[in-house]
Amino acid sequence: MTLARKPRIIGDLSSLPDSAHGAAHLVWWGNLGFMLIEGTGFALAIGAYLYITSITRSWPPAGDPLPPLFWSALFTIGLLVSEAPNLVVKRLTNRHDAERVRLGVLAMTIIGAGLLVLRGFEIAVLVPSWSRDAYGSVMWMLMILHTSHIVTDFGDTAVQAAWLYTHKIGPDQFADVEDNCNYWSFVVIAWLPIYAIIYWLPRVL
Amino acid sequence: MRSRPAIAATLALGGCSGAQTPLAPVADQAGSQYHLLLLMLWVCGVMYLLVIGFLIIGLWRARGRHAAAPPPLLEPADDRLRRLLAVWAAVVVIGLLVLAGGSFLVERSLALAQANESLRIRVTAHQYWWRIAYRDPASGRWVETANELHLPVARTARIELGSADVIHSFWVPNISGKMDVIPGRANAIDLTPRRLGWFRGQCAEFCGPQHAHMGFDVKVETSAAFDAWLAAQARPAAAPRDAEQARGMEVVTREQCAMCHTVRGTAAIGRNGPDLTHIGSRHSIAAGTLTMTRAHLQGWIAQPQAIKPGTMMPTVTLSPADANAAAAYLESLK
Amino acid sequence: MTDDVIAERARHDRLLAAWRDPQGLWGFLTTVDHKRIAARYVVTTMFLLFLAGMLALDMRLQLSAPDVHRMTPQLYDESFALHGSTMLFLVSVPVMEAMAIWLVPLMLGQRNLAFPRLAAFSYWLYLGGVLMLWVPHLLDVTPDLGWFEYPPLSGPAYSPGHRADVWAQMITFTEVAALAASVNIVATILKLRPPGMTLAKMPLFLWAMLVASLMTIFGLPAVMLATSMLISDRLVSTNFFSPAGGGDVLLFQHIWWFFGHPEVYIIFIPAVGFVSSIVETFSRRPIFGHAAMVLSMLAIGVLAFGLWVHHMFAVGLPRLGNDFYTAASLTIALPAGVQIFCWIATMVGGRPRLSVPMLWVVGFVVTFVIGGLSGVMTASAPLDLQLTDTYFVVAHFHYVLVGGAIFPLLGAFCYWFPKATGRLMSKRLGATAFVLIFGGFNIGFFPMHILGLWGMPRRIYTYGPEMGWGALNLLATVGAAISIAGGIVFVVDAWRSFRSGQPAGDDPWGGSTLEWASTSPPPPFNFDYTPAIDSLTPMWTGELVAYDGLGIDKRELLVTSVADAEPLYRQNSVGPSIWPLIASLGVAVLFVGSIFTPWAIVWGAIPVAIALTFWFWPTRDRATTGPFRKRSS
Repeated sequence: MTLARKPRIIGDLSSLPDSAHGAAHLVWWGNLGFMLIEGTGFALAIGAYLYITSITRSWPPAGDPLPPLFWSALFTIGLLVSEAPNLVVKRLTNRHDAERVRLGVLAMTIIGAGLLVLRGFEIAVLVPSWSRDAYGSVMWMLMILHTSHIVTDFGDTAVQAAWLYTHKIGPDQFADVEDNCNYWSFVVIAWLPIYAIIYWLPRVL
Repeated sequence: MRSRPAIAATLALGGCSGAQTPLAPVADQAGSQYHLLLLMLWVCGVMYLLVIGFLIIGLWRARGRHAAAPPPLLEPADDRLRRLLAVWAAVVVIGLLVLAGGSFLVERSLALAQANESLRIRVTAHQYWWRIAYRDPASGRWVETANELHLPVARTARIELGSADVIHSFWVPNISGKMDVIPGRANAIDLTPRRLGWFRGQCAEFCGPQHAHMGFDVKVETSAAFDAWLAAQARPAAAPRDAEQARGMEVVTREQCAMCHTVRGTAAIGRNGPDLTHIGSRHSIAAGTLTMTRAHLQGWIAQPQAIKPGTMMPTVTLSPADANAAAAYLESLK
Repeated sequence: MTDDVIAERARHDRLLAAWRDPQGLWGFLTTVDHKRIAARYVVTTMFLLFLAGMLALDMRLQLSAPDVHRMTPQLYDESFALHGSTMLFLVSVPVMEAMAIWLVPLMLGQRNLAFPRLAAFSYWLYLGGVLMLWVPHLLDVTPDLGWFEYPPLSGPAYSPGHRADVWAQMITFTEVAALAASVNIVATILKLRPPGMTLAKMPLFLWAMLVASLMTIFGLPAVMLATSMLISDRLVSTNFFSPAGGGDVLLFQHIWWFFGHPEVYIIFIPAVGFVSSIVETFSRRPIFGHAAMVLSMLAIGVLAFGLWVHHMFAVGLPRLGNDFYTAASLTIALPAGVQIFCWIATMVGGRPRLSVPMLWVVGFVVTFVIGGLSGVMTASAPLDLQLTDTYFVVAHFHYVLVGGAIFPLLGAFCYWFPKATGRLMSKRLGATAFVLIFGGFNIGFFPMHILGLWGMPRRIYTYGPEMGWGALNLLATVGAAISIAGGIVFVVDAWRSFRSGQPAGDDPWGGSTLEWASTSPPPPFNFDYTPAIDSLTPMWTGELVAYDGLGIDKRELLVTSVADAEPLYRQNSVGPSIWPLIASLGVAVLFVGSIFTPWAIVWGAIPVAIALTFWFWPTRDRATTGPFRKRSS
């Protein structure tokens, strides 16, 4: 088989590092892509919620209960607070501190589990049902969309913790942990408008 | 409209009846849309010729070159082309502004009619027929008919649209553009016909297997004729005049027909299907699918699923004599 | 052979060893070679194009004369639903993704895409979508409400059974596949460019794929939402689209067309890239107006998201809204018009020759501009009230989709076929196929403009003789048949050329961009060295230069910076893996199960989670510190 015409060699890439972190890293952009997709999905779902609001005479519609505040407030506070250790773990990845990163990701796993329990209570008391009317439907749509993100991010974090503890950690894996931290931040930020809309918009309108 | 003879000739050439086309407008609404269409055809036609002309120049440059690839031209002199691009962009912008302007003017004129409406008609779309209701000026009650719309000439009728099931679309192209009929939504459309005659409308939003056979007839008549028609429609059903019609009335008002159909003045008060009180006076049956003849009536009664498979009217077993009698009775309901 | 040649050969063989796929079926199932993945994508889409064409022919035969009763209305409805859904979800978008998956790394001088396994996953999910639509068809659960199934007709009250669910989930499969492919393309174009390829020096095809992929990322979530809400209304009694429950059927239309309008530009913009590459090469000069072309693509990409209401002009929205969307819809004609000018100007200002790919470009200009102009007509809300939902609009969208996407695609196929296969296609058969397809298409579809103006609505299985539509419908059928004959000639040409066409050599056309620097076909790793560029037409400007130093015995990619393409680091690139296939099987079970019960989402997620865990599990040495460290025995 004939080879292609050989080009003139003008340099050598082997001295380049074999890893990076932050926006320089390739996988960071894949993560960003997925956040854009999910973010667009959230934005459209919020748009659907507001559309239904705009065609309904009162909000919530007459006869529908307001969503209860207690568990959701606990969850929201917990989620916001969890951002602190999350940012700490992210900073630790840049320093390639294996032991502390392991501990940090384990801690985030436990925190995530706790938040899932709170979210479970929140869902258990959420009224009205999705089948009652469009108000219930759009409210539950937002809730389920966000919950699925918490569940998957918890799963990611747990699997990461398991891997980190059983393996030598290379620069690419530190970058993976950083990406997971970024995704957690996304999940936290995405909750804020959704929380305001589900729990406060019906009380304000 | 200078192009009118040409358009009419095209229609005739194609065998098109001219009764269901925006190219033969008979109303204010369709008239302005037709003018807009002509403006569009002119502007778009000129743009297309310019593009093709330019392309021909490009192809001309390609003549004679087939096999070998000449060396690439790396620093071509593009000044003239850049100026031409600016001119082209300006031409496109001007063309679009002209079309946008024409569009806005027509949009305004369609809206103006709303101030002058003098007649309200309620049209409810079903799978696969049209319930049409007028308010009887004498009694104030709503008079129902189906699949045939009468309009007085030179007056604006406001059609209030409602759907009994899925999304349909009300469209009489000679008179106006379409308006979707959407469950849960109160749409309305204004019609201001200027010429007398029979026209045809058809459902224009896919609504199920018999969407293809959901047409309706539209008659534009003088105000006097319209008033007379409405008064006749408001009267209850004519009594049977012979034995066969009497038997037909028994069949229609006491058998399954009465479960879905109304014949005012009899025991038949069903509302799932079209009102049959004056069906004999209509131009067509089965939502514009068959012309109104005794034979078609009989065929439809006997085998609706064969003519419109998937229609909501079930096939009812009737003896040939009963079917005959029913057709005779319905035909007499003028 | 000289020592140099022996050394080059040896180096090439070491690269082959690192990048080669395993043999046989296992290699087929585990490959992450973007060229092989693209090939199977293209073959699958072409097969589906054939199936959709057969459906179209069937419908055309049905409509050739009035009152034909050969097809029942049910069968006809299934045909137009299958035809539209197949063409839009299983052919048009996937084939553009496929061309990107094949060409983007080659035009960037790179060895693979950013995320190789994600590309494989994208194909398997797409195949799942194909099966999701066509297997139920074989089982007589065919969707029968068109390619957009408006509620309430598609809701639980009027569509019992699972036809509408099959349709909705097919979309879910293909939408996830498209999103996966798009993230891959965006990351590849932003981060894996050759040194020197700043954004200003990036070829138009890459701009096109970048814009189309970004549009996919922002547009496809809407269709996911719309179809999920519909399934939810059908399966668990939500009330999104039920007026009785406080919902609104128009909500579906808004969300649907928010996706639906960008969708058609997602299909068109890659074609802009094809046409630019072909016109450049065969006019023997860089494309005229490069900056205008890029700005036009960006403008179209953004504007496309602001037009969707023009699909809803007849719905009865406030008139002021209709005015705005008329203006916006007319505006998009400006960048499109600029692009048409630039291509023709390239020919006028160059040394053009009419190769077969250029024939397709000419066909594109002649046809697509008609579609664009009929689009300008439908952009006007008051006029659209006469034109929408008639055969006029059927003519319009076929003119823009076939003229604007399929013709460039066929030209691109002819243009890059030699690079992909190492063989030339036949000029004679290529020209014949072009004449038949182009001529047949115009004979088939131009009459439909007139039919629409003669009052013929769309989606009707028959019509009465008194309507006068018979003659033009018959003409349309003849045109369709001619076009299909041309398609057969095209396929025969492709097959024969693949088996026994003339050897093409590396650069049969004298192309301007980097893919022509490799062999035909390229080796699995595309390039022996890492090319660097400093112009838009690197193959034309003097000598080719490259870097050495990227791994030879392991798979590596060069990652560069986003704006200036400065080399940053060497990224490990993954090799063959079975996990994309297994993960997509898990996802398929989840999607299919959730047609029948919402709990499928819960238990279906478990195998998916397991597959994804194995997929992403990094293979590195066991830990030597910490409580779970490897202890010596």
